[in-house]
Amino acid sequence: MPVSKLVGTKVKRREDPRLVQGLSHYVDDLRMADVMHAAILRSPHAHAHINGINTDAAQALPGVVTVVTGADIGDSVGSVPCAAANPTLRTPPHPVLAQGEVRYVGEPVAVAVAGDSYTARDALDLIEVDYEPLPAVSDLEKALEPGSPLVHSQWDSNQAFTFECGTGDMDKARAEADVIVRQKFIHQRLAPIPVETRGVVARYFPGEDELTVWSSTQIPHLLRAMLALVLGFPEHRIRVIAPEVGGGFGCKLNVYREEALLAHLAMKLKATVKWIEGRRENMQATIHGRGQVGTVEAAVKKDGTILGVTYDSLLDTGAYHQLLTPGMPPLTGLMISGSYKIPTLKFTSTGGFTNKVATDAYRGAGRPEATLVIERTMDLIARELDMDPVELRRKNFAQPSDFPLSVATGLAYDSGNYQAALDKALEMVGYQDLRAEQKRLREEGRYMGIGFSTYVEICAMGPSAALPAGGWESGTVRMDFTGKATVLTGVSPHGQGEETTFAQIVSDDLGVPIEDVAVLHGDTAVVPNGIGTFGSRGISVGGTAVYMATQKVREKAEAIAANVLECSTDDLEFEDGKFTVKGVPDKGITIQEVALQAHVATKLPAGMEPGLQATSVFEPSNFTFPFGTHICVVEVDTHSGEIEIKKYVAVDDCGKVINPMIVDGQVQGGIAQGLGQALLEEVVYDEDGQLVTGSLMDYAVARAEDLPPLEFARTETPSPVNPMGVKGVGEAGTIGSTPSIVNAVVDALAPFGVTHIDMPLKPEKIWRLCQGGNK
Amino acid sequence: MSNTTTIQVRVNGVSRTDEVQPRLLLVHYLRDVLGLTGTHIGCETSLCGACTVMVDGAAAKSCTLLAVQADGCEVETIESLATEDGLHPIQEAFWDCHGLQCGFCTPGMIMATRQLLQENPSPSEEEIRRGLEGNICRCTGYKHIVDAVQQAAEQMKAGT
Ligand code: FES
Ligand code: FES
Repeated sequence: MPVSKLVGTKVKRREDPRLVQGLSHYVDDLRMADVMHAAILRSPHAHAHINGINTDAAQALPGVVTVVTGADIGDSVGSVPCAAANPTLRTPPHPVLAQGEVRYVGEPVAVAVAGDSYTARDALDLIEVDYEPLPAVSDLEKALEPGSPLVHSQWDSNQAFTFECGTGDMDKARAEADVIVRQKFIHQRLAPIPVETRGVVARYFPGEDELTVWSSTQIPHLLRAMLALVLGFPEHRIRVIAPEVGGGFGCKLNVYREEALLAHLAMKLKATVKWIEGRRENMQATIHGRGQVGTVEAAVKKDGTILGVTYDSLLDTGAYHQLLTPGMPPLTGLMISGSYKIPTLKFTSTGGFTNKVATDAYRGAGRPEATLVIERTMDLIARELDMDPVELRRKNFAQPSDFPLSVATGLAYDSGNYQAALDKALEMVGYQDLRAEQKRLREEGRYMGIGFSTYVEICAMGPSAALPAGGWESGTVRMDFTGKATVLTGVSPHGQGEETTFAQIVSDDLGVPIEDVAVLHGDTAVVPNGIGTFGSRGISVGGTAVYMATQKVREKAEAIAANVLECSTDDLEFEDGKFTVKGVPDKGITIQEVALQAHVATKLPAGMEPGLQATSVFEPSNFTFPFGTHICVVEVDTHSGEIEIKKYVAVDDCGKVINPMIVDGQVQGGIAQGLGQALLEEVVYDEDGQLVTGSLMDYAVARAEDLPPLEFARTETPSPVNPMGVKGVGEAGTIGSTPSIVNAVVDALAPFGVTHIDMPLKPEKIWRLCQGGNK
Repeated sequence: MSNTTTIQVRVNGVSRTDEVQPRLLLVHYLRDVLGLTGTHIGCETSLCGACTVMVDGAAAKSCTLLAVQADGCEVETIESLATEDGLHPIQEAFWDCHGLQCGFCTPGMIMATRQLLQENPSPSEEEIRRGLEGNICRCTGYKHIVDAVQQAAEQMKAGT
C-alpha cells in the first residue's frame, strides 16, 4: 500500500484520543501506593525576619508524618540554581525553605507531610511562625534608588546585574538626525498560568538507592542534572519523568525549590511524597514573565531613515534568581533591531532585586519586550514625521537579498522576506480602504485605529555557544524486529504535538505507516539525553535531530537491503517503504523485512553491527528567525473606554511547515497570550509587596469571548540553518501580536493627542485618556 | 477528622456507596476515591472550569461542590462519554478540529460543551464563546475550540 507523504499536511494529533477521554496521566493523576502528601507553608510577608518557628502542634496532629523547616534542612540541600552567565551577576543563596528571612509573599517557609492532602493542609494552620516584618520594596525603579530597603542585606544596593550589547556611535547618529524620538515603556509582569499548575512526586527506592522524580516540567534532563547538583546525589541514580504536562509557556522551563524539596523529603523519609501546587501558590511562587521598564531613543532622518536606536532598561528580577532570570534582557537586547536595518544600536539593562517572586522566561521571553519597543517606536516615528507607518517600515526593512543579515546587535538573521508578509497582510486587511474608512468614521466621531507589527523573532534555541546549558538536541530512531519504529526525543512536549509531527517526519522518510511510529519523550531513563522544549526549538532542533537519525537508519537499511538482494546500494531505489532493484521491480524488500533481517542478523554486510537504530545530536549553527506581519483594527468607544477588535490579520512565516493545523494552533494560542498582555493581564503587587492579583478572579486570563475572529495566512521562507528548513512557531503569536494591538489603539486615539499607552489597555485607562489627553 | 458521612452517588452509571469526610470536595471524591482522574483541577475556586462534570444532567464545577452535596445524585464525568462504538461526537470534534493542545482543560471544556449543546443545539459563534466563558484554555486561543463545538453541533443534530 503506498504511504502518502505526511510532512506538510494536516495530520490529526495522535496525542488526542487519550486526552479527549481524560485517560492521560498528568502528575496529579499518577496513582502510587503509600504516597504521602506535602503541603507548603508560605510567607505572608514580602520581607521579614523569622525569629522562630514552632511546629509542635502541627507535628502532633494525627496523620502528620513530619514537619520540616529551613533550620531542619540547614545546608543539607544546596541552593536552587541559576544557569545564566553574566560576570556582573549577584547571586543570592536560594534555599529550598527560607533560612531565617523571607523576601517575597509566597516564599516557602515550612513543609508538612501527611498521609492525605487535607491533613497536610490542616497541619499548616498549626505551625506558628514568629515573623518580624522588615521594610520591603516592590517598585523596580524605587528598588534601584539609593536608600531603598535592601532585599539582600549583604550587598549595598539592589542591583542584581548589568548587561549591554550593540554597536555604533549613537552620538554621531544623534548629531546627524533630524528628529529624536523618545518613549518610556512598561512591560508589566505577567503570570504564565498553565491550566495545570506545577506538581511533583518524588520516590526514593532505598534498596536500589535510586530517586525518581515526576515533575510537570519542560526540561526533564536538565532538571535531573540540576537535582544532582542541588541534592549532592549522583545524576545516574536519578530518574526524572515529565508525564503528561498541562502547558508550560516557559514557567516549567525551570528548576524550583519544590522539586528539590520533594526529592529531599522522599530520600529522608524513604518514601513517596507528592505535592500539587494550588492556584494561589502558582500565582505567588511560580515565576512571572516580563517585568521590564525602559526608555527608547531613536535618531531619525526626515525621510524616515533610522540612524540609531538606544534602549536603556531595567529588569525586575524579583527576590531570587531562577534558572534563567538574568538571561531575559539579552534576548531583548539582541532583538531590538527588529526587521529593520539600523546601523547603530545600543542596549543596556540593569537588574534590580525586589521583594517579589522571580521573573523568568514566559512565552516569548525577552523578545516580546524587544518587539513592542521597536514596533511602537516605528509608529512613534511615523507619527512624528507624519508618514504612513507602512511606508516607514518598507523604507527600513531588510531586503531578501540582505540575508544572511548582519545586525548591529551582533546576530546574523538566517532568512527572511519581510515585505512579502507585509504585502500579503495589507491585501487581506484591505489597507487603503481602511484608511479612508478611518477618516470617514472620525468625522462621525467614531475612533477606529489600525496597528501594525512587522515582527521578527529569534527561535530554535540554539547554538550551544549562546546558551547556558547546551543548545543541541538528541533524537533516536529505532526499528524493532516487527518493523515498528520507536522515536526517542530529548524535547519534552507539553501540548506542541511532537508525537505527531516527529512521527510524520519518520513515517515519510522510512516509508512506514504513521501508526507504526511511536514517539517517546520526557523520561530520562528512556531518552538517553536531551535539553527540553522551550524557545520554539521543538521542531527546529529536536525535529532536526530526529530527521538526521532517520536518514542514518535509512542508510543502514539500504546497506542491509543491498546485501540481501545481492546488489549494490546504487542499484536500489526506495519508495513507499520498499527497496527495489532498479529496473527489476519485483525484486525488492520492504523496510519491515529489512528491520527483521537487522535483528536476525544472518544476512548483514560483513562487519555491520546488528540492529537498526541511530542516534543523532543536532547542534544548530545558528538560531532561526521567524517573522511576519500582524495587523489589528480596533474601534474605541470613547464613552466607555472599551476596545473592540474589528479585524485581526496575521501573516506568519515559520519556514517550512510540517503540520499546518498544529502551526495554526500555535499561532492562535500565542495571539491569545499576546492579546492578554496588551489588553487584560497584569500582575499587581502593592507598595508593600503584597500580591493583589492572587487568583484567577483578579488576574484576567483571556476567555473565549475576549478573542476576536482572526484571519491567518502564511508565507514560507525556509531556514538554511537545518535540513528541513523549519524555523519554529511556539512563540510567534505572542511576540508578534501585542504591538499591533497597542499600535491600533494609540492610532485610534490620535485625535486626542494620545501618543502612547502602557499595557494593559484597560477601559478605565482608555476612558481617562479620552477625557484628558495623553497623561 | 474521623467523622464521616455515608453518601450514595451514581457515577457514570454505577451506584456507589462511600464513607467520606463532610469536607471532601466532589472533585477529590471523583479523583482520589473513585480514581476518575479525567476530571482535572486548575484553580479550586470555580474560575477555570477544568473540573466541570455533570450533576443530575447539568454542568457543575466539582471543585466547588462537596461530595456530600452529590449524595443521591447522578454524576457523569469525562470518562463516561466514549462508548464501545468510539468517541462521543464532541470528543471526535475536538480531535478533528485541533481543539486542544496540552489537553488539561479539555475534559472540562468537553463537559461544558455538552451542557451548551444540550441547551442550544445550534449555537452561533457568539453563543459558543459566551457559553464557554467559565472555562479557561491557555493553549489554543479558543478558535479551534469554537470550530469543534460547531462541528459537534452539526454531528449531533445529524445523529438524532
Ligand atoms: S478547578 Fe474547578 S473551576 Fe477550576
Ligand atoms: S489545551 Fe492546554 S489549556 Fe486548553
